[in-house]
Amino acid sequence: MSAEQSPKIVIVDESPIRAAILEEGLREAGFTGVVHISEMQSLLARIYALDPDIILIDLENPSRDVLEQMFQVSRAVRRPIAMFVDQSDAASIQASVDAGVSAYIVDGLKKERIKPILDLCVSRFNAFSRLQDELDRTKSALEDRKVIDRAKGILMKLKGLTEDEAYVLLRSTAMREKKKISEIAQSIITASEMLK
Amino acid sequence: MTTPLHIGFIPLVDAAALIVAVDKGFAAAEGLDVTLVREVSWSNVRDKLNIGLFDAAHLLAPVAIASSLGLGHVKVPIVAPFNLGLNGNAITVSPALHADLIREIDGDRFDPMVTALALARVVAKRKRIGAEPLTFGMTFPFSTHNYQLRFWMAAGGVDPDEDVRLVVLPPPYMVDSLAKGHVDAFCVGAPWNSIAVDLGIGQILHFASDILVRAAEKVLAIRQSWSEKNPELVAALVRAASRAAEFIEHPENRAEAARILAQPEHVGVAADVIQRTLDGRLKISPDGTIRESGRYLLVGREEAGRPDPTQAAWLYAQMVRWGQTSISRDALETAKAVFRPELYDAALGKRAGSDPGPTGSFGAFAGPAFDPDDIAGYLASLAVSKRAR
Repeated sequence: MSAEQSPKIVIVDESPIRAAILEEGLREAGFTGVVHISEMQSLLARIYALDPDIILIDLENPSRDVLEQMFQVSRAVRRPIAMFVDQSDAASIQASVDAGVSAYIVDGLKKERIKPILDLCVSRFNAFSRLQDELDRTKSALEDRKVIDRAKGILMKLKGLTEDEAYVLLRSTAMREKKKISEIAQSIITASEMLK
Repeated sequence: MTTPLHIGFIPLVDAAALIVAVDKGFAAAEGLDVTLVREVSWSNVRDKLNIGLFDAAHLLAPVAIASSLGLGHVKVPIVAPFNLGLNGNAITVSPALHADLIREIDGDRFDPMVTALALARVVAKRKRIGAEPLTFGMTFPFSTHNYQLRFWMAAGGVDPDEDVRLVVLPPPYMVDSLAKGHVDAFCVGAPWNSIAVDLGIGQILHFASDILVRAAEKVLAIRQSWSEKNPELVAALVRAASRAAEFIEHPENRAEAARILAQPEHVGVAADVIQRTLDGRLKISPDGTIRESGRYLLVGREEAGRPDPTQAAWLYAQMVRWGQTSISRDALETAKAVFRPELYDAALGKRAGSDPGPTGSFGAFAGPAFDPDDIAGYLASLAVSKRAR
């Protein structure tokens, strides 16, 4: 690799969305040679074929241990690869582990060239986690909503309440029992199914 | 006051002492509030221990040594005051390779020298007909699995780097890879060998205890700096793990221990499969053949918990043998100092120097007796070796 060329980066990630977010970030930052591997079968063979300068892998991926094999003396490795660790910079290691990403580089690649890539990874991984949290929260809010609607329906039918009255009953019970409205709603649904 | 601790582990049966110590309250009784964190890779466990996200970890014994020597990664000195398990691995082969081996076997099929020689003949035959080299899965470059496989095949004259392929596979992928034919065999810990047999896709060829009677497998790993700052916590952890190991060791507690381990947040496989490995009573063939061994996995039994520096020296010798590092007196001393019997003795109130009999003997099925003071001589007398020159 010549010093001026954009390094060839491989992203190993089974999450297509996160990989896309990272890939886009890298491209925007001017790194054009980015390849995403999502299939873990024969991972090493693919990496050897691509011959990357940098490999980025998420920490939820058990195949990280497979990459560790690249440190070993082997005829298959054309260039020695090491995990990117900068002993002088504990904060950056911490940040990358916290974000859930790890970087492997070919020996000889300059630290100044890797640092911005790793920083970008960390921020994109963190952005993805935030997105995921938000999505999870929205999903569970939607689920809660469905459960509450069903419970309201049951109360309206059995007790002859209006929708508002049914909701007030759910809410006051939840407050008294120190539980979430959705939990009370779920127990009403369960009870009504048992009593059917 | 209780001290919160984070301890990383990989879902394997030999994490039992840690899991049971937490679940049965042995850790709490020592004033420890332990949060167990299940991990997906040894690299993660190592890195999180190294940077302090974990206070302690269930770790491959050779990784603790490699980390202390700075091999393949950052140099972070680790100490091991307790062996979580000795042995526990097995070599499982595909039905096709098993049939090939059986055809070539000349003698007792449980004798690893007999099977290693049979393997050499299978390898030679495949070479002659131009077949792909056999592929063996193991769990990590610095793992007993790697060294046990290599030790075994090299004794039969098979060069693990030239004649076959050795590939790293995460344990949960082993069974699937064997089923799909991506590997012909693997060496892994419990419960994965039993799962391959239950699915009818593998045959347990050897318990690792056939190859080495006594091998340090997983240790309770702690950063040296942390252990020096927190000697009471280290002692408390050793006591909790030791009590848990004793609990597991009692046959009447095995079913309960297996149930605890079976929980999805722990190992997450069926309790009866786990109990087989704790009892050392394993189904080795899809046809239902059972093989028993009191040595299959040692947790607590026979002073298994006490770290033995000679074991560390043996592991270091394997690293040298296979070209992972070069030989040096300093490195050997560093490796030996990872295993800390004195911390174990201090925690459990044992007399220093009261060395229990069986430790120190490896019972390797082949090769010269291991001499930790003459690793160069030991290695020179082994035929197959990749020593860095």
